[in-house]
This record gives sequence, C-alpha cells and structure tokens, in this order.
Amino acid sequence: LIRGRIEMKLKGKVHKFGNNINTDEIIPARYLNTSDPEELAEHCMEDADRKFAQKVQEGDIMVAGENFGCGSSREHAPIAIKAAGVSCVIAKSFSRIFYRNAINIGLPIFTSREAVDNLKKGDKAEVDVNRGKIRKAGRKTTYNSEVFPDFIKDIIKGGGLMASAKKRRK
Amino acid sequence: MGRTISEKILLSHAIGVKDIAPGDFIRAGVDLCMGNDITSPIAIKEFRELGRKKVFNQNRIILVPDHFSPAKDMKSANQAAILKNFAKEFGITNYFEIGQMGIEHALVPERGLVLPGDLMIGADSHTCTHGALGAFATGVGSTDLAYAMAFGECWFRVPETIKIVFTGKTRKWVGGKDLILHAIADLGVSGALYRSLEFAGDTIGDLPMDDRFTMCNMAIEAGAKNGIIEPDKITEQYVKAAVRKYKPPRKAFKKVRSDKDAVYAEVREYNVSKLEPVVAAPHLPSNGKPVSEFRDVKVDQVVIGSCTNGRISDLKQAAAVLRNRKISPDTRLVVLPATQAVYKEAIAAGYIEVIVKAGGVLCTPNCGPCLGGHMGILSDGEVAVSTTNRNFVGRMGHPKSSVYLANPAIAAASAVKGKIAHPAEL
Repeated sequence: LIRGRIEMKLKGKVHKFGNNINTDEIIPARYLNTSDPEELAEHCMEDADRKFAQKVQEGDIMVAGENFGCGSSREHAPIAIKAAGVSCVIAKSFSRIFYRNAINIGLPIFTSREAVDNLKKGDKAEVDVNRGKIRKAGRKTTYNSEVFPDFIKDIIKGGGLMASAKKRRK
Repeated sequence: MGRTISEKILLSHAIGVKDIAPGDFIRAGVDLCMGNDITSPIAIKEFRELGRKKVFNQNRIILVPDHFSPAKDMKSANQAAILKNFAKEFGITNYFEIGQMGIEHALVPERGLVLPGDLMIGADSHTCTHGALGAFATGVGSTDLAYAMAFGECWFRVPETIKIVFTGKTRKWVGGKDLILHAIADLGVSGALYRSLEFAGDTIGDLPMDDRFTMCNMAIEAGAKNGIIEPDKITEQYVKAAVRKYKPPRKAFKKVRSDKDAVYAEVREYNVSKLEPVVAAPHLPSNGKPVSEFRDVKVDQVVIGSCTNGRISDLKQAAAVLRNRKISPDTRLVVLPATQAVYKEAIAAGYIEVIVKAGGVLCTPNCGPCLGGHMGILSDGEVAVSTTNRNFVGRMGHPKSSVYLANPAIAAASAVKGKIAHPAEL
C-alpha cells in the first residue's frame, strides 16, 4: 500500500512511549472502517497521545518499551505509523504480529533496550538501518539493535513480502 | 529428542526442510487462511495487485464480514462489499453473509472447517482460538493473508513452547475464562511473546470444547503465537458432530500429540481446585484477581458475547444466573450470540427469553462493542463488565471508559446487582 525504498540513514526527533502500547492506541477500531493510509495517519496514536498526529514530522522516530504493538492483527497500525511520516520504531520488544506486519509492509523496526533507555523525548536520533546502529545526533556513543535473521533481511531487502510475490510464478 | 504438538504440525507442513527446531524460520503450506471485513480489504487489494487469475484453493480461504456487520455505516458497507465481490469473482466457497454468519472464530470450528492437525492462519489476532481443536492456528496481518491466498503458504518462526498444566476439579462458576485469566495474570501480557502456549493437565481433560476455545482464544493476550490443546475424545466428538451436520469438503484428520520427551522452554503448573472466578481490571488482561476483590465497582454496561465467550454454554450460564431476575435499573445488558447457529440454539433452549425478560437486549452475531466498533460503545467515565478478551484503554469506546473482563456468570450477576458480583451474592 505504501512502500517504496527505505532510506538507509534515518534521522528524526524522538517521540517516546511506554510499555505495552497496543494497536487500539495506535489506531482505534472506530477508524477501521477504512484502509486509506492518509486517513489512518490522521488518527495515529490518538488514544495514547491525542496530539501526536499534529506534532509528528516527516522522519520522526518512535521509541517505546516492551511489547510494542500488542493486541489486534490490524496492519492498519504499522500503516498508520508509516503514513504519519514516522521513519522507524525502536522498542525493547515487539508483539509478534506487529513485528511481521512491519517487516511485510516495509516499516523499519529495531529492538534495542539500550537505545530505549538512553533516548529521551525530543532528542534527535540517527539510525543506520543496515548496521542497526542507533545514536543521539552528534554523539559518538552508539546503541546496538538486535540483528535481523537472514530470512527477515531477505524480505526487507526485497522490498517487502509482496515484492517477492510479484516475482514468483507458481 | 521429542517434539511438541506445535512443532510436529509445523514440521508436517514445512516446505523444503526435513527437520525443524525452535527459532528456525520456515515456509509452510497452510490448510486454511482467513480474513474479516477489517483485514481482508487490504489483503484483497494486495492480491489484486499481483494480477493473478486464481486463488490457491477456493475451498481453503475463509472470508467472514464479522466486525462491523450488519454494516454500521457507509464506509463499513464498502469494506464488506469488497469481500463479497472478491468471493464471488474468485469462487471462494467459504464466504458467509449475515443470517448464516457469526464471529469467525466461533463459526469456523462450528462448521467443521478447521480440523485437528491443521495449520491455519487468519488475519485476526484471535485466530489462536482454533488451537483448541489441536490445530496450529495463528494470527497474521493482511499482507500475509494476501500471500497465502495466492500461494497457500506463509512464513513462520518456529516457536518454543511453554506448557501450562492445570490440575484439580474447578469450583462452581469457574470455567475456561477463569483458567486463562489466571494464567495470563501469572505470565503477564508479554510472558509468552513469540512462543506457543500448550494447555494440559486433568482440568483441561475434563473441560468442554467451548471452554477450551475460550482458553486458546486468549493465548494472544499473553503475547503467544498460538494456544493449543492436544486433541482427545471431547475434541473428536465435537469435530465429528460438526462434520456430520455441515458436510465440509474435508473430513479426515490426524490427532497429533506431543511426544513424552518433548522439550519445553518452561512448564508452569497451577492447581485450580480453590480458584475463584477471576476478573481482569482495566487496562490490561493480565490484571486478573479473584472476583471478591472487586465488590464495590459500579457497572454501567455488561456485554456477553465475542469470540471468547459467545458460545452456547456461555449463554446457558448467563441464563442460569438471570432466570427469574431483573437486571439493575442503572445497568445495560448487551448480549451477542457468537453465531447464527448459537442464536437459534439459545432460542430453542429458552435462554434468549430469560435474557430478554431480565431486561437484557440481543444484538446480531458479530464482534459488536468488543473492539469499540458499534452496538454498545462506552461514554466518558463509564464502566463495563465484559466477557470479551481485551480491556485496553479505549477498547470499548471513550479513552476514559474502563472494561473489566470476566466469565459469563460473573457478567450476568454483575448486571443484576449493578456492581461486580458473584452469582452466589444474588
């Protein structure tokens, strides 16, 4: 729906969230009577932070605690985040359906405890997508993120699950 | 080295590998893939962009417009129409219109469409429900559904398994809902993240199918990939009756069981003989405590229904509590049978009459207010007791409303008292 090439160096302002941010907070079900990315983006994070959709700027980075994206399987959640302009999500852990949805639609996600512990609201952060390295802008200290298994890397490199599907004959 | 039931089912469906171990990434053929009126429109768009003329198998795709049906507004009507048109165009046999329809996770087992030993994916997080039949069933997203509709395949990470053993005979008014809320309170909402939850023990052996569905349904609330119960005589009876009644395209199934020397990431044991009914306080399903700890909580609305607790035995329990009683004048009671068949059975058994006479209202079989869709949305500050599965912030309406999760008997008793209550208090 909203793919395209992922930038390899991301830079943006940090928006910080807590543990167990669920898909009802990311995109409440009252807006699920559409799957239009622009419309979903207008309500992104509405029940966690009412003003998020107005505040967020192109390239900004979401940073959250444990179990990000828990709850429903709605792909509308990563779609809303991506369409709102968020360049990537860094969390201590991700719920499994959100994890696979983000990979499948090409929303970059990073699992890094130290980055989450050290990044504060309003910080400028930089992410090297290929190496999974995260740091505060202008600082030397880098925080590592979990390396994606090769299987997942191949999906990401291929441009998402459906890009590989388009090449497949049978 | 032995394998768990989950590992065995994944291995028997895996493509291009002879062995698997937890942590491996595999491709596997799926027996069934399913979507609803929220998730399928995205999947159908993705599928259409592939330009394929056929789906992988017309009998193995299930489309159920169960979330906002009958359509709550124009946009929802458009979403549902996408499913209907797609099903017609591609000859998908398992599309269900209202009138025969029900909530996907109650409807599909009821019709004998999912069988023990199956590998099933669904673009709905509560697809884990079907594991109650000894199938490996897990929730995925719309893109996964699109891919599966085209190729009959999906990618998986083979999960480690946590085995939960329940022992002891449960007390009156304690059922599957209480067992699973008890387990989630112990595990936490991410305690089983990426893992399989296998429920076992003599308590489970005595548990009717409806309660087993309730338990596997909420495996996701502990973060699990799937919930699963080894098939036994109760499973077999249920499946055979469904197959006889609805004559689905497949009848033969394999009863897969975990090996004696299967390796588990963890084993937890709960003796539940003294367990009280459990209520999960706002705003996480892991906030479960004995019902007696919630004596003074006033209740504006009670919801009985959903893929968790909208089956016939749930309505039977509610009716048993409501018989010859009236609900509190300050409380609304909204009841949604999970499927049309459950609705008809409840009418025949007299449960619906009891509920309506008590002052409750019936809504058509669908997800309704569970996810804040329609048919019972909460206002600012309102409190609900609900037999559903999630009590996140804003789940059933206003971000400042709150939801307590409970079993149908507690829900019904709370409707009568206007406060959270145990049936024994009435």
